[in-house]
Amino acid sequence: MIQSNIDIKLYRRRRLFNYVVLFVSVLTTIFGLFWLVWLLWTLIGQGFQYINLDLFFKATPPPGSNGGLANAIVGSLMLTIVGVLIGTPMGVLAGTYLSEYARYSKLATLIRFVNDILLSAPSIILGVFVYEIVVISTGHFSGWAGSLALSLIALPIVVRTTEDMLRLVPNSVREAAAALGAPQWKVTIAIVYRAARSGILTGILLAVARISGETAPLLFTALNNQFWSHTMNEPIANLPVVIFQFAMSPYDDWQHLAWAGALLITFSVLTLNIIVRLFLRTPKSSY
Amino acid sequence: MDTSLKRGAVFDKLFYHSTRLCAFAVLLVVIAIIISLIIGAWPALKKFGFGFLTSTAWNPVTEEFGALVSIYGTLLTSAIAMAIGVPVSFGIALFITELCPVWLKRPIGIAIELLAAIPSIIYGMWGLFILAPLFGDYVEPWFTNHFGDIPLLGALFSGPPMGIGVATAGIILAIMVIPFMAAVMRDMFEVVPAVLKESAYGIGATTWEVIYKVVLPYTKIGVVGGIMLGLGRALGETMAVTFVIGNANRINASLFMPGNTISSSLANQFTEAVGEIYTSSLIALGLILFLITFIVLALAKLLLYRLSKQEGSRT
Repeated sequence: MIQSNIDIKLYRRRRLFNYVVLFVSVLTTIFGLFWLVWLLWTLIGQGFQYINLDLFFKATPPPGSNGGLANAIVGSLMLTIVGVLIGTPMGVLAGTYLSEYARYSKLATLIRFVNDILLSAPSIILGVFVYEIVVISTGHFSGWAGSLALSLIALPIVVRTTEDMLRLVPNSVREAAAALGAPQWKVTIAIVYRAARSGILTGILLAVARISGETAPLLFTALNNQFWSHTMNEPIANLPVVIFQFAMSPYDDWQHLAWAGALLITFSVLTLNIIVRLFLRTPKSSY
Repeated sequence: MDTSLKRGAVFDKLFYHSTRLCAFAVLLVVIAIIISLIIGAWPALKKFGFGFLTSTAWNPVTEEFGALVSIYGTLLTSAIAMAIGVPVSFGIALFITELCPVWLKRPIGIAIELLAAIPSIIYGMWGLFILAPLFGDYVEPWFTNHFGDIPLLGALFSGPPMGIGVATAGIILAIMVIPFMAAVMRDMFEVVPAVLKESAYGIGATTWEVIYKVVLPYTKIGVVGGIMLGLGRALGETMAVTFVIGNANRINASLFMPGNTISSSLANQFTEAVGEIYTSSLIALGLILFLITFIVLALAKLLLYRLSKQEGSRT
């Protein structure tokens, strides 16, 4: 018989410990996903019954009467669209600079670093910043200020994904275009952008998803408006702030509207995220 | 021929400079944020000096303000979030990289990312209406009954079970930062070369031993970086905390009592603040928050950057 010098006891203990750790890791995963299920379950349970046509066609009511969220929905769309329109071109161009012109320079490293700080900076600070530079100098809250705050949140997301996506385009493609005599701006716009199109689009859509639910920076900038208002130069109603105020209010019908609004926002954000992840190339790093 | 070449050259310059301008704009925005916060906070800082950091006062009527309560609340809620979030996200990352069948990897990855995508106000609302009542009815009384009599430790769990308070805020923060940290850790674990893991398995190591003795040492800087990134999020999170923390300017030994964080003070009071000193004190709070998160995030980035550099030299 071959003499075995395996310590059976030690081996069993190691194996047992391994099983315990793996079991705990399964539990933590269930723990993590459990909240997602519970949250969505609650949202549907609480919000779905209040989703009706009035929600999309009537303005926010005073407590005790019927109404909807129409002005807030329109306001949110306006704020988000303007925010993205400001943030996207700047973000794409800045990302282009980092990837195409200054990839290895010290300056690019600094800008990349600062961009990452901006990416994770507390959004409420951006609200305070825009309050100080726009709201104080114009003397009133406005939709423009809200959009500006949102664009500052969208900007670093677009910069980051644009740079990551442009970097994936192989250099031989750039060289081939340059060899045909295309100037660099043409190489970038007609070749590199085209190759990275879906990636850049992903970044923009993720930025839209992110800012459409942002509340904190809007509290001090766009504020809220009980009435129909399409002017960006005035305080403007928007879903997140309406949800915040209605949820914190003591009135039942306001709280019901808040749940309906919450359901609406969550599902649009999640749908956008799922579409992006299923149909477009996502950046590997989510941080 | 010549004119089209010249036009190309002009466009080239134009395009180059506009990209450079936008890249500088990112830098300028961050500098402008710091400068505007300092200018806004100046009246309060001048009036209270360093005492602002150590004073617990917050009285709009007598215009006495101090940041200690808010700083304490911010650090405490984030500490609770990290205590729960770090082990859980480590477990999730371990599950996804080592245990999960391949077909399940993507759905779980997407589900975790969706958890990160849900707007924070939804977490806050859900916390206020669903989690806090459950917490106040079942969890808090249980803790008070079982640990309330132990000296020192008992003080943490004393007080009436209200549901809203520092503990609830910390737990909601944990739920919110878990997806971020889990995603970073998963990405880190996945770059460990298969050869290293296989050689450990080859000499008979168990999965846990491979994780603990090969994967973790290889990725430790990155894991710490990921944790710091999560911490940065937790420190600055506003809406979820504002809903459930109770907005009370007191420091309590009990975790079940209401409190305040820097961001919830800002969200609750900024638009209502009257008078230069009140507004300025709030902006000073914002400045402190920005500096804390800046330091945490900068450290996180440095660690992650060091890891990616190491990777380059190893492969």
